[in-house]
Amino acid sequence: MPPPRRAKPKHPLRRFPTPTLPPLARSRVALGLTAFAARGVFALQVCRDCGTVHYPPQEACRHCLSARLDWRPQDGAGEVLSDTVLRHSNELYFRARVPLRLGSVRLDAGPTAIAFVHGACAAPPARVRLHAALDRGGAAVLAALPDDEVTTMADDRVLRELTNDPAGRKVLITDGRAAVAAPLARALAAAGADLIYVGMAEPWPPAAVAPYAQIPEALVRPLDVTDSESVTDLAAEIGGKVDILINTAEHHRPRGILARGTESARAEMEVNYFGLLRLAHSFAPGMRARAADGAVAWVNVLSIFALTNFPPHGTFSASKAAAHSLAQGLRAELRGAGLRVVNVYPGPIEEEWSDMLPPPKIAPAALAAAVVAALRDGVEDVYPGDVAQDWLARWRDNPKALEREVAER
Amino acid sequence: MPTDVLMRLAEALATGAVRVIDLSQTLQPSTPVIQLPPQFGASNPFRIEEISHYDDRGPGWYWNNIALGEHTGTHFDAPIHWVTGKDYRDGYTDTIPAGRFVAPACVIDCSKEAAADEKFLLEPAHIEAWEGKHGRIPKGAWVLMRTDWSKRTTPESFLNMKDDGPHVPGPSAAAIRFLIEQRDVNGWGVEAVGTDAGMAFGFEPAFPAHHLMHGAKKLGLASLTNLDQLPPTGAVLITPPLKIKNGSGSPLRVLALVAG
Ligand SMILES: [Zn+2]
Repeated sequence: MPPPRRAKPKHPLRRFPTPTLPPLARSRVALGLTAFAARGVFALQVCRDCGTVHYPPQEACRHCLSARLDWRPQDGAGEVLSDTVLRHSNELYFRARVPLRLGSVRLDAGPTAIAFVHGACAAPPARVRLHAALDRGGAAVLAALPDDEVTTMADDRVLRELTNDPAGRKVLITDGRAAVAAPLARALAAAGADLIYVGMAEPWPPAAVAPYAQIPEALVRPLDVTDSESVTDLAAEIGGKVDILINTAEHHRPRGILARGTESARAEMEVNYFGLLRLAHSFAPGMRARAADGAVAWVNVLSIFALTNFPPHGTFSASKAAAHSLAQGLRAELRGAGLRVVNVYPGPIEEEWSDMLPPPKIAPAALAAAVVAALRDGVEDVYPGDVAQDWLARWRDNPKALEREVAER
Repeated sequence: MPTDVLMRLAEALATGAVRVIDLSQTLQPSTPVIQLPPQFGASNPFRIEEISHYDDRGPGWYWNNIALGEHTGTHFDAPIHWVTGKDYRDGYTDTIPAGRFVAPACVIDCSKEAAADEKFLLEPAHIEAWEGKHGRIPKGAWVLMRTDWSKRTTPESFLNMKDDGPHVPGPSAAAIRFLIEQRDVNGWGVEAVGTDAGMAFGFEPAFPAHHLMHGAKKLGLASLTNLDQLPPTGAVLITPPLKIKNGSGSPLRVLALVAG
């Protein structure tokens, strides 16, 4: 593994680049590619009648004219037929990034596509694997990587822009007491993060801060997302430095909607919904302004229960659904600057408030690894673990059926 | 009693012959609140959100919305707060006779003992020794335990949570029983986050300053400050809680009138 990249010190008087975006014009049918790329999946339309695989996206099959085209995940295996280096562009975004290596890639599945070509790819003809990734504007673009399972987009100067790699970046984890927080800080440090701020309300009990004393990159800072003053105070101190914000703050009390009064539900909303809103008000404007100067991503640890209510954790599910909706809106507001909002939807986590739920549960370390992988791969929606994958598949298939199934377990 | 007693008080206040001492903590988001095991409902800390600040939300005015638990910061415990006082119809913040909100105070200085022992417990013998010097505690008086705990300015040292529970000084069950049965006090006040000692969950009965005091319809005051500015006897406290319907307590401004 290459040594983690460190941030070059920034010249304090260097002009701050203005964020620019790649040209954004995608038809609704082309958004199918984007929807899968958001989850890190390369999918193409496959004709249900004749099996033809299509690229670019079509309204109807070009072989048999059938309208029955289904999006299916692809392995991306193919060959670069030719490549060229683009040295000039009329687009502001590309002009700042030339030279760009572009190539024509013929997929083993049939179609040929123009793609960004990773610098590590051999001269054509060369075997490659095609990936779909989101550009800074949130639209899907294709990237050809060497077919070696080792090379990542972050290793290439241009393709690195499609990722939100924590290497060399400053990260804020908003609640160091969350079960995922310490494994996440360790994973970020291993990934080469430059500095990891760890927010914590009442950061004094030795047991709470001890995990972070072992991580040289970690700095514990007071942060209580239920207190506007606390959030604005920390934003005033470090808001100009945070490149990646990971909101781990979560209040979780397992109970059905009819079990107890409103106060514990209110506490869940104060952390899970209003906490995110307070963080957005205090940190997002600064990060948006610095989107061309290092700020890249905002990660929300939500819950698969945001998609459909899990009645034994009814009020918690509702608070996460509210946060999910807020995060979608935040994504829309930040996309214009090229800042990626990554929403993570784990199933039950192995933590004290899920102790009455049967396995499988996702281990905090596995959730942490999924968050770091999502940043590296530039994905936007993450469903880590077996439960989340299972719920997602059932939800995509039939949301109403899932609602009924989880209510009757 | 001379009819001009209040006019003479007003004159004493104007000349400084009687001073007003503020015994209240400043209420802010970092104000510590009592901590319970997480399976119990939690009292909310103080929260404040701006409504407008001479801006587009209200060009000519500044104001806030506030939210907090009844027992946050310097606060008043009504008898109804505890299950032992649950049947007192005049035990709510809105039904306690207002006359009980103005009463003299006896201040027992335990600051040296608390400095030497964070788990110091006030016993009847300490109270009787105090009375030996300052006279008998009058019926209907507040008894305040001075520990200088309010000088602990960080929430961490103020709550002083240890692995076996909070190490915070307070009264023994016997001391509380003595103050109720032998002295018929108005109530009991402390500088710490709650009226009971930190380890009072293990006393018999548990939490005697709540269990026994409120069971006897007595009042409580917690998170007091500036008790070192009060004389052992002679101060008069003004302690009206907010008139919350069916309230179990209330944050409040506690004032002391002190001669000289
Ligand atoms: Zn076809």
